Amino acid sequence: MIKAILIFNNHGKPRLSKFYPYSEDTQQQIIRETFHLVSKRDENVCNFLEGGLLIGGSDNKLIYRHYATLYFVFCVDSSESELGILDLIQVFVETLDKCFENVCELDLIFHVDKVHNILAEMVMGGMVLETNMNEIVTQIDAQNKLEKSEAGLAGAPARAVSAVKNMNLPEIPRNINIGDISIKVPNLPSFK
Amino acid sequence: MALKMVKGSIDRMFDKNLQDLVRGIRNHKEDEAKYISQCIDEIKQELKQDNIAVKANAVCKLTYLQMLGYDISWAAFNIIEVMSASKFTFKRIGYLAASQSFHEGTDVIMLTTNQIRKDLSSPSQYDTGVALTGLSCFVTPDLARDLANDIMTLMSHTKPYIRKKAVLIMYKVFLKYPESLRPAFPRLKEKLEDPDPGVQSAAVNVICELARRNPKNYLSLAPLFFKLMTSSTNNWVLIKIIKLFGALTPLEPRLGKKLIEPLTNLIHSTSAMSLLYECVNTVIAVLISLSSGMPNHSASIQLCVQKLRILIEDSDQNLKYLGLLAMSKILKTHPKSVQSHKDLILQCLDDKDESIRLRALDLLYGMVSKKNLMEIVKKLMTHVDKAEGTTYRDELLTKIIDICSQSNYQHITNFEWYISILVELTRLEGTRHGHLIAAQMLDVAIRVKAIRKFAVSQMSALLDNAHLVASSTQRNGICEVLYAAAWICGEFSEHLQEPQHTLEAMLRPKVTTLPGHIQAVYVQNVVKLYASILQQKEQVADMEEAQAVTQLMVDRLPQFVQSADLEVQERASCILQLVKHVQKLQAKAVPVAEEVSALFAGELNPVAPKAQKKVPVPEGLDLDAWINEPLSDSESEDEKPKAMFHEEEQRQAKHRLPEVDEEELARRREARKQEQANNPFYIKSSPSPQKRYQDAPGVEHIPVVQIDLSVPLKVPGLPLSDQYVRLEEERRHRQRLEKDKRRKKRRDKEKKGKRRHGSLPTESDEDIAPAQQVDIVTEEMPENALPSDEDDKDPNDPYRALDIDLDKPLADSEKLPVQKHRNSENAKSPEKEDVPVVEKKSKKPKKKEKKHKEKEREKEKKKEKERKKPSKHKKKHKKEKEERPKDKKRSRKKLPGSEEAPGEPMQNGALEEGPLPPMSSYSLLAENSYIKMTYGVQGSLQDSQVTVSIILENLSSSVLKSMELSVLDSLNTRMARPEGSSVHDGVPVPFQLPPGVSNEAQFVFTVQSIVMAQKLKGTLSFIAKDDEGATQEKLDFKLHFSCSSYLTTTPCYSDAFAKLLESGDLSMSSIRVDGISMSFQNLLTKICFHHHFSVVERVDSCASMYSRSIQGHHVCLLVKKGENSVSVDGKCSDATLLSNMLEEMKATLATC
Repeated sequence: MIKAILIFNNHGKPRLSKFYPYSEDTQQQIIRETFHLVSKRDENVCNFLEGGLLIGGSDNKLIYRHYATLYFVFCVDSSESELGILDLIQVFVETLDKCFENVCELDLIFHVDKVHNILAEMVMGGMVLETNMNEIVTQIDAQNKLEKSEAGLAGAPARAVSAVKNMNLPEIPRNINIGDISIKVPNLPSFK
Repeated sequence: MALKMVKGSIDRMFDKNLQDLVRGIRNHKEDEAKYISQCIDEIKQELKQDNIAVKANAVCKLTYLQMLGYDISWAAFNIIEVMSASKFTFKRIGYLAASQSFHEGTDVIMLTTNQIRKDLSSPSQYDTGVALTGLSCFVTPDLARDLANDIMTLMSHTKPYIRKKAVLIMYKVFLKYPESLRPAFPRLKEKLEDPDPGVQSAAVNVICELARRNPKNYLSLAPLFFKLMTSSTNNWVLIKIIKLFGALTPLEPRLGKKLIEPLTNLIHSTSAMSLLYECVNTVIAVLISLSSGMPNHSASIQLCVQKLRILIEDSDQNLKYLGLLAMSKILKTHPKSVQSHKDLILQCLDDKDESIRLRALDLLYGMVSKKNLMEIVKKLMTHVDKAEGTTYRDELLTKIIDICSQSNYQHITNFEWYISILVELTRLEGTRHGHLIAAQMLDVAIRVKAIRKFAVSQMSALLDNAHLVASSTQRNGICEVLYAAAWICGEFSEHLQEPQHTLEAMLRPKVTTLPGHIQAVYVQNVVKLYASILQQKEQVADMEEAQAVTQLMVDRLPQFVQSADLEVQERASCILQLVKHVQKLQAKAVPVAEEVSALFAGELNPVAPKAQKKVPVPEGLDLDAWINEPLSDSESEDEKPKAMFHEEEQRQAKHRLPEVDEEELARRREARKQEQANNPFYIKSSPSPQKRYQDAPGVEHIPVVQIDLSVPLKVPGLPLSDQYVRLEEERRHRQRLEKDKRRKKRRDKEKKGKRRHGSLPTESDEDIAPAQQVDIVTEEMPENALPSDEDDKDPNDPYRALDIDLDKPLADSEKLPVQKHRNSENAKSPEKEDVPVVEKKSKKPKKKEKKHKEKEREKEKKKEKERKKPSKHKKKHKKEKEERPKDKKRSRKKLPGSEEAPGEPMQNGALEEGPLPPMSSYSLLAENSYIKMTYGVQGSLQDSQVTVSIILENLSSSVLKSMELSVLDSLNTRMARPEGSSVHDGVPVPFQLPPGVSNEAQFVFTVQSIVMAQKLKGTLSFIAKDDEGATQEKLDFKLHFSCSSYLTTTPCYSDAFAKLLESGDLSMSSIRVDGISMSFQNLLTKICFHHHFSVVERVDSCASMYSRSIQGHHVCLLVKKGENSVSVDGKCSDATLLSNMLEEMKATLATC
């Protein structure tokens, strides 16, 4: 079982958090603690971490990958294969890359709902639902199409406005000075 | 219309959407909190609007804020609103928000049941998918029970997209509602061979999760999995299956032999490292399970260890980590094979990667022996010194203690060394394991008698240097060791060199800054010390010195008397008085030492931690029996004024054992453990036979390891553990020399020239003699303790409930609950009517009822066969329906609260000649524009009460709440109200009704005389709340209790029936109704249904029927059908009841 999936940046700012049953009040604490544990690790150490106290017991592990400015952390128990989860993270990031076309941290910041939807096609209730990237992308595309057809005529002005609003989006990184480097997907041996 | 929509959306487009919110937050770095609270206010405004798009947008933003840690539980109801939107776009937003913020404690979650059911059966696969995904995150036991059947149907959906989601979510359903596992399992098993690989993978996933917790129940699936393993190409599936086999092989060694070959094939063929590693892992598991029976597999184990060594030496840190992980699995069964790689593992301890160091530490645990313990611990101590993070340092500390104390200190040969290690560990700053060290000190000092003298001297030094450790006074901090030190010095004070010095150290003013529980121990042990000093002084007749000590006590104790900690204060006050008294006696030159020492006479022996539990219960003592009968629950504070007159009762209530809920139990258990940890008389290690150290001769020389400590861990005035290492080596060396000499002599004596022991004798653990004659005191167990160890399992483990035998055939009672409307249930089986109240509480009566029914059905069948055949196919048809509840469900897409449901006679009548009109035992009670009330009355035999079930259906668009039912009691009939409320009070309805929802409430009435029908006036008051506001509303009604409603369907056998009629004490009456067109069969069914009778016997157009009232009256009927008339002859133990009864029946028959 996957117990939690977290994405945060190099400064510990959460970009996505998905908990499969955890009590509400400890979520922020877990994010902080996980960031604390993960961030102080060097680049060339292993990708596994024995979970902190909050994540519950010796059975659990943190498995993470660091891409550019983002950490992708999966908290899993012993029924999951460690290397398998590493591959799964890779699939996840590649899928994001496909859906957002050169994904970068900003995509995740502004479209966290879409990231959730993509994740929902891969992991459901803490169990891996689909590992085939093409299948995931097909379903996401179909849902987006459905969404567009529902918006129809009424959605047009809203889309126009949001396009106008997004025009000054590129300025933001300069203002706030975050590393807007797109997540590079290295070539790793994966499932297929 | 379209124009309006466009206009609406133009209004909306300047609303803040998620992107704007994120942007805003990023632009308000300084006053983020303020900005967000502003946004939340805006969101609250948006949620009040009618437009679902605005609401969805608001909920979407809330989901983002939830991630940032803001509480959004207040919006739960709005989230449900968005979930029920018709558009997928909004629905998805709603379900996402729900999955992020709902949990079992969310009270509105029960309102989602119908919405989710609707979405599950939606024609759009994405609506269904989104509902399944959401549900997987927030499923509760109630939702699982109500929706299990719907989800099970989806497992055979035409679209694989839905199938795989439905299969996966079943695991969550099983966890929350374990009863569903057995009925659903066959279909789940089917899905292992689904044509779609995604569905197959999901099924494998679920079964692997299930099997991991309770592998033995899934052994029968091994062949199927074996087939999958050899045929599947999906690596994810393969990994899961191989992991599963790893769990299964220990249970079935034959499986292991079969696995080796395909696994090696996979190892050679696969390019995926993940798969390869899992294969290696399972091969190890197989070898371990095989070798437990046959030792000749140790070669293969050796091979595996070699392979793992290659992994560990790999430059890829991930592989290194996994190699160590797999190694620890081998260690458990084959410690010897791993021990030869000690060098490698010690090397890993120096790795820069903490994960790898931790794994290496784990391995060390199993690698220590008497021979290398000191060396390994020494190495660990240097790491403790170097470690930066407290977590890792704490981990090291616990590991050192674990390693040393394992199997009852098996590997420790020199306890002086161990004590000094513990003392060195007290120099650790900021550790959270002070109590661990303290517990070890106490344990060793109590159980190893020979070490007490040494321990006491160390502890007194520690007390002397208390300022070093007392700097951090946090809970469980290192200052905890002072607790142990104080206790040891007090308890074994006879071993102290300078007791007076220690006494002074313990009475320093600084002590008052320690935590209360430590001060308390100080105070108590100060007196023990004092007692032993007095004794010493009096023995040498040094009265002056003795008085000086007393004076010291009198001077210093008041600082404890002023303590804010009650325990300290109380103990100090008592002792101060005692000492003052002693002082008086001393002034009179009375010897007091004997008496003071007598306070602490006797030795305390350790008690095993489970000792209390193992005390056998004496015969004839029932611990579960009540000492006094418990009072009813409803008796509570409201009763207090009344209780003044029932003092006797009140006192009994006090004696009642407090009922403890699970949580409280867990808390107490925790507290008890905590207490045991701090209590020197509890020893945590499992009891084991007393350790005997033989004076084994022959000790080998051990190489001196030169360790340079850059920062020495040194407590001033305390010897270093290093010294002991050196001393120990010297000692062993000496022993060896002596032994060698002896051996030489012997050898010389034996056979000269013939060298039997040519080579140096190999070192073995047993050869090393311990330095002290150590006897470890075993814990005391009660006499004739029960040899049980079953208490290791946590009863709260959610997976335990899933330990279910899956091979047993399904029983009838195990079907998944199918959501159905009450009426239809009633219509079909009128007999069930009398049990619904009980049904909810316990299952037993239901079963009984069932058996009963079955018997009857069988009987009916026999008769049927005798009489007519054509009905047979109909019966069959019914049976089919029973077997496939899901079909039923489909046909029953009912509107909530719909009154009419097609009914079918199930029993009591054998033949069905014509269609029967739908029947319902529920009739309209009252109705207005807001609410519709329908009711049914059922009697219950047990307590001569009747239960009125009222279905309340909300017809309006507002939420109805605070519903209250008030009924004007008559002399004869009263409503049962909660204890303490007056007769004029209403009874609250325990739920609220959102628009369009119906629910059922039950009210109990007590009836004195049942021979006549009763009518009760009542009022339902409620608050209707909608967007405009809330209004208080009322609805009057009249409850009608017919005589029939006092009857309960009670089956009766014809012989008993005949006896009853013969007895002659029944009065008789009869009626006749003309113009009946209905078939006799349907007629009987109607009587059975509406008047709660059962057919005893039926011959052609004549039938005898029986029923019984809630007060035990027998009612017998003989129904005869003529051409188009019916005559009913009745016999009953009460004439009035019978005549009223027949009047009612007349009315029923008149409509036929």
